[in-house]
Amino acid sequence: MNTVTVVGASLAGLYAARELRAQGFDGRLVIVGAEPHLPYDRPPLSKDFLTSDPSNLLVGGAAEAPLALTDTEEIGELAAEWLLGVHATGLDQHARAVLLDDGRSVVTDGVVVATGASARRLPGPWPAGVHTLRTLDDARALRADLAQGTRRVVVIGGGFIGAETASSCVALGHDVTVVEAAPLPLLPQLGPDMGAFCADLHRRGGTRLLTGTGVAGLHRVASPHSHSHSHSHSPGHVTAVELSDGRLLPADVVVVGIGAAPNTAWLAGTSLAVRDGVVCDDGCVTSLPNVVAVGDVARVGGVRAEHWTSATELPRVAVRNLLAARTVETVTALPYFWSDQYGSRIQFAGHRPADATVRIEEGSPDDGSFLAVYEHAGRVTAALAVDCPRPFMKVRRELRARQVAAV
Amino acid sequence: MIPVCRLEDLPAGESVRLDTTPPVAVFNADGALYAVDDTCSHQDASLSEGWLEGCLVECPLHAATFDLRTGQPTCLPARRPVRTHRVSVVDGTIHVHLTEPAAVPVPVPASATSAIVPAGVSGAGSLSATAHSTLTGEGSAA
Repeated sequence: MNTVTVVGASLAGLYAARELRAQGFDGRLVIVGAEPHLPYDRPPLSKDFLTSDPSNLLVGGAAEAPLALTDTEEIGELAAEWLLGVHATGLDQHARAVLLDDGRSVVTDGVVVATGASARRLPGPWPAGVHTLRTLDDARALRADLAQGTRRVVVIGGGFIGAETASSCVALGHDVTVVEAAPLPLLPQLGPDMGAFCADLHRRGGTRLLTGTGVAGLHRVASPHSHSHSHSHSPGHVTAVELSDGRLLPADVVVVGIGAAPNTAWLAGTSLAVRDGVVCDDGCVTSLPNVVAVGDVARVGGVRAEHWTSATELPRVAVRNLLAARTVETVTALPYFWSDQYGSRIQFAGHRPADATVRIEEGSPDDGSFLAVYEHAGRVTAALAVDCPRPFMKVRRELRARQVAAV
Repeated sequence: MIPVCRLEDLPAGESVRLDTTPPVAVFNADGALYAVDDTCSHQDASLSEGWLEGCLVECPLHAATFDLRTGQPTCLPARRPVRTHRVSVVDGTIHVHLTEPAAVPVPVPASATSAIVPAGVSGAGSLSATAHSTLTGEGSAA
């Protein structure tokens, strides 16, 4: 294998590049990144990045320094060709060339698909003041809007991005409402008991939480707003969010946190199977042995996990299998994610069957610090901790050891 | 020299966090005492709440692991060391002797990306070029 192209220059792409070199690949390494930035860490974008000192608000200011995932020394060691600000638009039939939107193509022997996911948008016009939060540029734009004084912020979606953004907005002194279509936030991820706990976090934190209602549309004023710089916005500025039950929520800033869709459009027309992600076997190998997929875009063994930890754990196995030209190792990672909301740190690890029951193992939700375990068929399958890191680590290790032993 | 606690109040396998600026974590690793900056060099998490195994501590948030003897990370995602501090026991009380902030080596972040990155990435340097000045600034000002 002379050339490997990593398509995607975020967390999973960077980890794949690192693994290629660490596992002895000394050929030509090309990294294609759609964003103009070197790899950076996304989780802080909804947390510290939004709430950092206003004196750091300049682009490239102090708030952005901790985001950098790599440095000059490592970039030198990787000896890769970085094609940043360039979108991959296609892959030829046998994945021997990656086509780019600037008209170039990269002739390659192996491909790591690490194109991630994009924030889902609401249908219809997209007036100024309406944001998604996925990229550094998204976060810069939102932060700039939030620096205009006290705003009425409506967050659409009570998932992790929505909850963390709402928490950050409240910390900045804004008037915040979260709209969640389900009866409780984070139901699919955490189940009803812990979803109820998270609903309390919103209320205790000073956020208005409206559940069980969808969004009918956005209201806007027709005249262009002076703060609008983005040409992608249609004329006008958002004024309110209309709910499906008819209520109208006045809004200066709207954050749309309704999930992310895997970036697979560029693979249309190839023989790769795409079904809400690039379909891979348990070892991240696609239907072509010289193409592997990692991170948010990869559906590995039937599961697509948009977790930071998956993006860092999949590449080792994926690269090993790519270099071996077949699946010699499968993924045994235990799902893990965390979220910081209203000063509480939530950590979750494991698998949560829909009918799992929750038992508080240590501490108490009323005190805001506890360890809960999810049990199914007499076994602990997952754990959730709120500000309870040490007991959580113990359970997480036990779950991980059991998962590895089961493979 | 900052008093921490009585030696008997920090049994093997335990740790304690000092509310200094920045906070410091003190560990009893199987009888050996170590002190390092409490905040993980990767992201905001308290190493005093980490998993202690031998003289290694694993961060509770992303499992970055540090060698308490040197402060060096032994695996990703941490890439920078945490400061180590000298520990002494005087009359049965544990004390920490804080290391000067300037003693922390500052890595050289990517600032010269234009030399490495081919055309079309003029914006690429902005994220990490500023990391350079900021990290340096933190190192000398903290």
